[in-house]
Amino acid sequence: MADTPARIAVRRTYKLYIGGAFPRSESGRSYPVTSSRGTHLANAARASRKDVRDAVVAARKAFPGWSGRTAYNRGQILYRVAEMMEGRRAQFAAEVMAAEGIGRPRADAVVSAAIDRWVYYAGWADKITHVLGGANPVSGPYLNLSEPEPTGVVGVLAPAGSPLLGLVSVLAPVITTGNTAVVLADEHAPLPAITLAEALATSDLPPGVANILTGHLTELAPPLAAHADVNALDLTGAGDLSRALEESAAGTLKRVLRPGPADWTDPDPGTARMRPFLEIKTVWHPTGT
Amino acid sequence: MTTLEYGPLDDGPLEYAPAPEARSIVAIRPSYDLFIDGEFTEAKSEERIVTVNPADEQPLAEVAAAGEADVDRAFTAARRAYEGVWSRLPGAERGKYLFRIARIIQERARELAVLESLDNGKPIKETRDVDVPLAAAHFFYHAGWADKLAHAGLGPSPRPLGVVAQVIPWNFPLLMLAWKIAPALACGNTVVLKPAETTPLTALVFAEICQEADLPPGVVNIVTGAGDTGRAVVAHPEADKIAFTGSTEVGREIARAVAGTGRRLTLELGGKGANIVYDDAPLDQAVEGIVTGIFFNQGHVCCAGSRLLVQESLAEELLPRLRARIERLRLGDPLDKNTDIGAINSAAQLARIRELAEAGANEGAEPWSPACAIPERGYWYPPTVFTGVAQSHRIAREEIFGPVLSVLTFRTPEEAVTKANNTPYGLSAGVWTEKGSRMLWTAARLRAGVVWCNTFNQFDPASPFGGYKESGYGREGGRHGLEAYLG
Repeated sequence: MADTPARIAVRRTYKLYIGGAFPRSESGRSYPVTSSRGTHLANAARASRKDVRDAVVAARKAFPGWSGRTAYNRGQILYRVAEMMEGRRAQFAAEVMAAEGIGRPRADAVVSAAIDRWVYYAGWADKITHVLGGANPVSGPYLNLSEPEPTGVVGVLAPAGSPLLGLVSVLAPVITTGNTAVVLADEHAPLPAITLAEALATSDLPPGVANILTGHLTELAPPLAAHADVNALDLTGAGDLSRALEESAAGTLKRVLRPGPADWTDPDPGTARMRPFLEIKTVWHPTGT
Repeated sequence: MTTLEYGPLDDGPLEYAPAPEARSIVAIRPSYDLFIDGEFTEAKSEERIVTVNPADEQPLAEVAAAGEADVDRAFTAARRAYEGVWSRLPGAERGKYLFRIARIIQERARELAVLESLDNGKPIKETRDVDVPLAAAHFFYHAGWADKLAHAGLGPSPRPLGVVAQVIPWNFPLLMLAWKIAPALACGNTVVLKPAETTPLTALVFAEICQEADLPPGVVNIVTGAGDTGRAVVAHPEADKIAFTGSTEVGREIARAVAGTGRRLTLELGGKGANIVYDDAPLDQAVEGIVTGIFFNQGHVCCAGSRLLVQESLAEELLPRLRARIERLRLGDPLDKNTDIGAINSAAQLARIRELAEAGANEGAEPWSPACAIPERGYWYPPTVFTGVAQSHRIAREEIFGPVLSVLTFRTPEEAVTKANNTPYGLSAGVWTEKGSRMLWTAARLRAGVVWCNTFNQFDPASPFGGYKESGYGREGGRHGLEAYLG
């Protein structure tokens, strides 16, 4: 009896995530991704400036619908992201181990923390207005109410070195409150970001709410920071580019969250990453008969 | 409901006897020094600027133009006061200084109102009833926060930022000073403030008020001057935070300069506010609101309702009423208690208004102004309404910062919202309708920081104010305004 030939594994293609679809870069380029030990893992799509623009268009298109949903509904969808990630734990853990060079137990803890972060922010969706909004006691016959509203399209530079937990920790607070996002994944460890995109795509998250690009930060961050239809930037992962990007953001007066010390393991990050991407709107109306 | 019928002014405008507020309550010194470290001190810079009364072009006083060395001295004083005194003072005691200041502003209210009208050109009824009482209210409101900051929802032990650089505009000189200084001090910061080049005088009286209140030296420093002084203030390395109110163009420059320094920044910039009038609006109130929205303070208001969006079916009825109301506005002596529209603040601003209004006519919009006697001396611009304005016209896109209204029409609520939001600015908007659900629907979709429904241009220290998009970031006033001065 002849030997059964060994099965050839089906490898994954890692693509971009734009407007709910998974295109390759329009530039047709890719770049090799290696593990923390230097082993080749896969080729990731190398996004171009044009992909950045397409992602911004998708994010802008998604903004009215997403920000117009009830906070309760957004919370449910974020919780659904946690559910979808739970079902892919093994895949996330394997990618985190390869990317961060850590063992199984630590990788499991990272994946758990990332899933729990979605649950955390899911609960915030319909609480943040309680905390940041309210009636103001003006000296006159008026009803005066302040409420937080999402800023709009937010460019997010995910932190380097924490390709799953760090990424979730910066993306979730941005979209929880109704913003839409264009995320530049950790350049050197982009694979968990694309796996996350696959979870997002099956989580009832509307197309375009989160767009994830992989590629070279020096190529993608400047056009994102200068784009006139981007309202805010999270520069957490900007590294040496931070100053130049902030300068460029000033051109259209984007709100900027500067890089700072971050402890991704804190289970209660509070409102600090939501507030920079919220606008306070105050509405007046006279009272009388 | 009965409505007011204005009708045409067949007999010409009503005659009023002059009712000027006495100028004698103000003693303007011929020359003013800088206020640094609790004292008026001569500037090292030999440059001086002359501030004039825009209503008659007569010089009012000469003030120092602070140079870099002067600005440096102010920051040194502010740092010393921050570290030595102010940041160590219990909040309750800081608050008492602010209460004192509020009281002295109230006591010297008439003097401040007259001086503001002289230096700025705005009508006495506005300085008397709006600018000065609101400035006092800002200090009174923030005084009470000084020992309650832990309850503001910004964490259990919020800390001051340090020394704050503040640059303010000429449209509400004393009120903008209050918006800046009151929260900064309440939160435990010390201040270097630069008033506008054309309106420094009430800030210098405020310096006297600080002395009168025995405010520790260096907590408030006031450096007068023009653009160069402003640049030196916002670029000073000792500034831990910068707060600016002014044009979007300068705001961009400041944001660029601050990039990479880690210093905190809040900006309150330009606007092109839409005032939406639906066909079921309360008509008399809407007419009043449109007039207040654009002609309050000669339209020198960043949140002015400078774009009137009127529902097409109502336009024919509304516009004649609006014109009839505007014909009753009284333009002239800012110190006259019957004056509605005062002087344009400066020759430069008048030139800008003229340039944009000419562009409006050249681009095909139709200007209208009431028959209106313009005084011979001074800077004046008549209230002006442009109809037939397209969204592409410069007068629909650019901030005019003068008494010029651009009228556009819409058919559906969706179109109103789309047109209202079709601007890089996002500071204010108005909505006029008797239908509550439509009002809330519209207010929720307007991308603006302040939305006035069935009212316009209301301000209060408890109400946060600030913009979306290129109108800047951060809020002033209310609980939300404290965030700008706490770390």
